[in-house]
Amino acid sequence: MTDAIVAEGLVKKYGNVTALDGMGLSVPAGTVLALLGPNGAGKTTTVRVLTTLLQPDAGRAVVAGCDIVRDAARLRSLIGMSGQYAAVDDHLTGAENLEMVGRLYHLGAKRSKKRARELLERFDLTDAADRPVKGYSGGMRRRIDLAGALVADPPVLFLDEPTTGLDPRARAQLWDVISELVAGGSTLLLTTQYMEEADRLADQIMVVDQGRAIAQGTADQLKDRVGGNRIELTVTDRTELEITRQTLAWLAVGAMQTDAEGLSVTVPVTDGPESLRQALGRLAEQGIRVRDAGVRRPTMDDVYLTLTGHRVAEDRQHTDAQDQEITR
Amino acid sequence: MNALTLPIIDGLTIAKRNAIKIKRSPDLLGAAVMFPIVFVLMFAYVFGSVIEVPGMSYKEFLLPGIFVQSVIIGAQTTGYTLTLDLQKGIFDRFRSLPIARSAVLIGQTVSDLLMNISTLVVMALMGLVVGWRVHTSPLEALAGFGLLLLFAYAFSWVTATVALALRTPESFNNVATMVSFPLMFISNAFIDASKLPGPLRLVAEWNPVSTFTQAARELFGNTSTAMKTSDAWPLQHAVPVSLLWIAIILIVFVPLATRLYKKTVSS
Repeated sequence: MTDAIVAEGLVKKYGNVTALDGMGLSVPAGTVLALLGPNGAGKTTTVRVLTTLLQPDAGRAVVAGCDIVRDAARLRSLIGMSGQYAAVDDHLTGAENLEMVGRLYHLGAKRSKKRARELLERFDLTDAADRPVKGYSGGMRRRIDLAGALVADPPVLFLDEPTTGLDPRARAQLWDVISELVAGGSTLLLTTQYMEEADRLADQIMVVDQGRAIAQGTADQLKDRVGGNRIELTVTDRTELEITRQTLAWLAVGAMQTDAEGLSVTVPVTDGPESLRQALGRLAEQGIRVRDAGVRRPTMDDVYLTLTGHRVAEDRQHTDAQDQEITR
Repeated sequence: MNALTLPIIDGLTIAKRNAIKIKRSPDLLGAAVMFPIVFVLMFAYVFGSVIEVPGMSYKEFLLPGIFVQSVIIGAQTTGYTLTLDLQKGIFDRFRSLPIARSAVLIGQTVSDLLMNISTLVVMALMGLVVGWRVHTSPLEALAGFGLLLLFAYAFSWVTATVALALRTPESFNNVATMVSFPLMFISNAFIDASKLPGPLRLVAEWNPVSTFTQAARELFGNTSTAMKTSDAWPLQHAVPVSLLWIAIILIVFVPLATRLYKKTVSS
């Protein structure tokens, strides 16, 4: 399989902030790669570099057979992009927005019109086609923006956090649309902060932190990488948490997590059911009353925590300002 | 399609988008129509009742000056709209499309020219109502409006450059007001500049606003033999010097704005 997107050693600096620090990736044609990471990890910058909106300070990348710097002009007719902030004009209707994009892809007046109608129908926006986008809901705006990316039927697509800020229903709708797209054979690079989204839409997931890739694989491979199973025990009293931790430390094959609010302790183990049996035995000897206990597969949150040492969402506050700086 | 026609074709597509936007923004359109009406009435009757110019009615003297003022203000729409668009994602869309880099700016300046045309038409009609008359041939009068519109178009590129350098609507408005007011008032647009004290007179004589106003007065025949035109070179050759100004502005600011646009949207 040939790669539709290849990037090596991409570096992008803004003054003292290093947004990309040797970012590399490859996406085989017809597959979906999700870049997973918190705000400020370098996801958006990666997309902006690969779609020619930004020039990298170092490194190289080839998208759809075109070098992103040398063949930038030719590349633009081969990619579609839908960003974090819906790039549509509020005063124009949905149909006018798509027609304008068609004209700017030089499809001609008739084809632009036809294509706009097709896409509006496909994205369930026919009823709203002739209303100014100003009155659209958040989900509708994302859909019209995504439709804009598809006007020229480009072989390679970039979606930058397509569902950030949407309510669960609008998110599920958009996922269906994207799944359908992907089934049609497009190559897609997707960025997201949501494990579930990466899990659901992508063939491969790349975990991004501080401007570079730190791990890649399928959701299952990444979960295996952080080790077998987790046992999770909930106790009845806060004072019992520390004793529980000490009692179970010998079972842990990685860092244990304590949730003081939920009164639970999560322990990565090699063998789930057997470890759970032993854990319950030991805790009973200590006289600790266990309210709830179970074995579970690691979630992508566990993956992220293990790989980076921090949670995906926890440092959102202080990276927000930095992220805005970068996307401005 | 080639490198020469592409920016124009793409520019017209974007101009069409802007024209739709203007059509759907009653406040913008209202301002474009109301503003000339208010200005003509205010200047004609407030200034007109206290200022006298030798050999002709003040209203006839004034209207060409107001025309120039209105295109200066009208051209600021270009810069202001660009700063607004910069805050949104639409430029990312344009940038990821296979279009000429200059197309967005061409589109913006062309649609603003359309707006300036409508403002000028309303203003001329208003002028006729209050007593302004053209005393030259229709061809010369047409040349007068043509010159004003060329100036409007060229000045749009100046405001685009300023906007792309400043980036925010607030700072653009501040700078635009601070620069355009002295430019408009230290000139012969509203007064007989030959009566200004020395240094101010010198500024007024070489101010391009004076040159354009003088050129418009000549082309519309709003001059009087009783009022001596200043000996300053730009005012003695107002029409050719105006054309020279337009050429200089375009040669300097079109490439400058295009370069700034590339830099602004790619960082």
